Amino acid sequence: MSGAAPAVGVARPRVEGPAKVTGRARYAADVPMADLAFGIVVVSTVTRGRIRDIDVAAVQDMPGVLGVIDHRNAPRLNPDAGHFFGPDGGLQLLQDDVIPHAGRPVALVVAETLEQARAAAEALPVTYEVLPHDTDFSADHPAGRAAMALFDGPVDVGDVDRELAASAVVVRERYFTPEEHCSAMEPHSATAWWEGERLQAVDSNQGPFFIATVVATLFSLPLEQVRIRTEHVGGGFGSKGLCGPQLVLAVMGAMHFARPVRVTLSRNQVFLTTAMRPAIEQMVRIGADDDGRLRAIHHEAAFELSPLAEYIEGCTELTKTLYATPALRTRLTAVPLDILPPYSMRGPGAAPGSFALECAMDEVAERLGIDPLELRLRNEPTVGPASGLPFSTRNLVACLREGARRFGWASRDHRPRMRREGPLLVGTGLAATSFSVGAFPSTASITAEPDGTFTVVVNATDLGTGARTALTAIAADALAVGAEKVRLRISDSDFGPAWSAGGSRGTTSWAWAITEAAAKLRSSGDQGTVTVDTAQLLNDLPSRERHSYSAVFAEVTVDPATGEVRVRRLLGMFAVGRVVNPLMARSQVIGGMIGGLSMALHEEGVRDPVSGRHINADFAGYHISAHADVPDIEADFVPDYEPGIPMGIKGAGEIGNVGTPAAIANAVWHATGSRQRALPIRPDRVIEEHPLQ
Amino acid sequence: MAFHRLSTCAVALGEKGVALNEDTHSEILLHVNGVKHCLSVDNRTTLLDALRERVGHTGTKKGCDHGQCGACTVLCDGRRVVSCLMLAVAAEGAEVTTVEGLGGDGELLPIQQEFVRLDGFQCGYCTSGQICSAVGMLAEYAEGWPSAVTAPGSEPVLDAVEVRERMSGNLCRCGAYPSIVRAVLETAARGEVTG
Repeated sequence: MSGAAPAVGVARPRVEGPAKVTGRARYAADVPMADLAFGIVVVSTVTRGRIRDIDVAAVQDMPGVLGVIDHRNAPRLNPDAGHFFGPDGGLQLLQDDVIPHAGRPVALVVAETLEQARAAAEALPVTYEVLPHDTDFSADHPAGRAAMALFDGPVDVGDVDRELAASAVVVRERYFTPEEHCSAMEPHSATAWWEGERLQAVDSNQGPFFIATVVATLFSLPLEQVRIRTEHVGGGFGSKGLCGPQLVLAVMGAMHFARPVRVTLSRNQVFLTTAMRPAIEQMVRIGADDDGRLRAIHHEAAFELSPLAEYIEGCTELTKTLYATPALRTRLTAVPLDILPPYSMRGPGAAPGSFALECAMDEVAERLGIDPLELRLRNEPTVGPASGLPFSTRNLVACLREGARRFGWASRDHRPRMRREGPLLVGTGLAATSFSVGAFPSTASITAEPDGTFTVVVNATDLGTGARTALTAIAADALAVGAEKVRLRISDSDFGPAWSAGGSRGTTSWAWAITEAAAKLRSSGDQGTVTVDTAQLLNDLPSRERHSYSAVFAEVTVDPATGEVRVRRLLGMFAVGRVVNPLMARSQVIGGMIGGLSMALHEEGVRDPVSGRHINADFAGYHISAHADVPDIEADFVPDYEPGIPMGIKGAGEIGNVGTPAAIANAVWHATGSRQRALPIRPDRVIEEHPLQ
Repeated sequence: MAFHRLSTCAVALGEKGVALNEDTHSEILLHVNGVKHCLSVDNRTTLLDALRERVGHTGTKKGCDHGQCGACTVLCDGRRVVSCLMLAVAAEGAEVTTVEGLGGDGELLPIQQEFVRLDGFQCGYCTSGQICSAVGMLAEYAEGWPSAVTAPGSEPVLDAVEVRERMSGNLCRCGAYPSIVRAVLETAARGEVTG
């Protein structure tokens, strides 16, 4: 072939960079549309109850109003529609008068202009019969039951109680993390319209093919009659993985009014109606010998969910693989409450799970009087502690050692509350972590064009992950041509089945299909079009423990008089397989670490126990880290390669979040001598009555 | 700018023929990126919605509509404003600059070049606001404005701490903050903020 220089492994700016810095990149709400009408969602102000009345007549004659859709005139939806975990009652909007949670959409008001639709939506009288609600989460809630075991099911290895009884030290603690909101900067927006017999929509989501299948099922349409597109997506972090209320309601609007309807959620509605991480309570027991060798880990997690939809917050998944232990017990409990169905938020399961496990490990090191780094190194497993499977690659030790070297860990005095700078206490902490990797079936097609270029079609989505840039490089290398010869087309449900951007499996899944198609095309002499489906190849992949790894190091200052914690240094070393584009990969893991910092110190969805409603459902009340909260962050990669996946790549999307909260919490302990077992580490949880005495 | 009541300009500019209701609508002349737009706007229309839905400049983004995220930041007479908190009728007479108006034809400003080169964004949704905010902020700094982290009585020195403080009205959920700060500092070091 042409002998083009490899594109994978080279740091390059994003291909869509110029479009994004000039405002030309179009997001779902930016697509121009003739004869467009605007829909504004009206959401329930009560947490549980029934709709008594919606007085449509009161707004019908307001200027520009086209009409109102509610449970009395909405099209009937198919209750089988759902997602990965099964049918999802959260999709069944405007089907009856039942209010299952605060913020449930009850009507869509459609008008000629945004201002008119908003005015009518605000004026629409809705009355409710209020019923008692339960939004009070706790691990021992009587409604708690075993979580579904589609993944992260219960594990029992060895005899945990006997090993704990024989341990030199046993740490037993509880950890709490609150409801957290994905909070992508782009509010969910969809525009739907009919073109002949075909339903068309432009929507903000993480995978248009999957979303099209949900819409087709929901509205009982053949899949061929539904086309969902997504151009640029302003972040997702899990909240755009499901078919969102904006799309369901925009489709209803397009059906009802026979013209294009755009529905964009308000920021408040993004909080109330799109995926959140559930509140979680965890219990961890760890027993260890004097020399720091673990004898047992017992990790139980309880999380809230909604009776409307199943979900698994897999908090104990990384506990099954991170450390060698002769005895291991894990359990997951689901507590149904009157809340919005929770769903995956960046680093699902692992981010809260690692907070509990890695804080408990830090306590084991404290009790034994050994270096927390050394404790991790002494408990490296040779096979999966729960699965017994070999690791495909395992580079946690390299992350820990290189991170410790760069951070200057060796000079740390491991005793707490030893460093002061004026009024501030200073501490450092670390966490080790893993996140499972793999791939899901996807299709791709490549056409050799007469002009010597190649058109690569794959149903990927670029949420800001850099998929356009990464997949262009992967296709170029797979075809052995320069990246300028590759024309990549993504994000159109007509492009066929592919995994969505999520689960740290987007790039691996799409890259697999692209490399397979490229190999076939090359073997056919670069002629015509080749289409592949990786389903069978994935079945043939031998079972292994496949994970990305990282070690995160944090330095914090704590003002004991105000309780303010500031992160002064943050360093992450990552083993994420072969790095496709170091510039973007670094941005992605740093972004994840900032998400972890935000989780550690800022983020907390707060409910009023009396009304059951969110009291801080906007960016003034729900704090996410801002510029001034974030120090310069160091992140780098140790050499790594995943032998089971083409190009040797692994996922890097979620591991950045994981580990950072525990590293920060452990640093706060090191600074103050007080353990923080509930997130966020708010000033009121840290403040000392007699600071620095 | 003198206000001229141009009763036919909306039609001439190809505007939707919305009948002008004197009580609820106003005819305004909006200067955006050096171009005059004569619009008949619903008095409730924010500058943000006027830019996006009427002028067709969708580069300015709506992140919260409450002045809490900074995604809609534009420049009015060179000063940063969150366009979701300004009514379009109140912007009459101001020279509004959006992200589309920052670079020339096909030519990126230094700040835009540095955002691309240093990867100062991921999803890109907050980027227009970050860039407009950075341009406004660098102008404020050049005029000697102190910030909350400037030592009292001293001249501000533009370092990472100053940039973080001055840019904190612009949220980024992807966590591109360190690269954004670097892009702003590199731009300042080039000494040619607006090209």
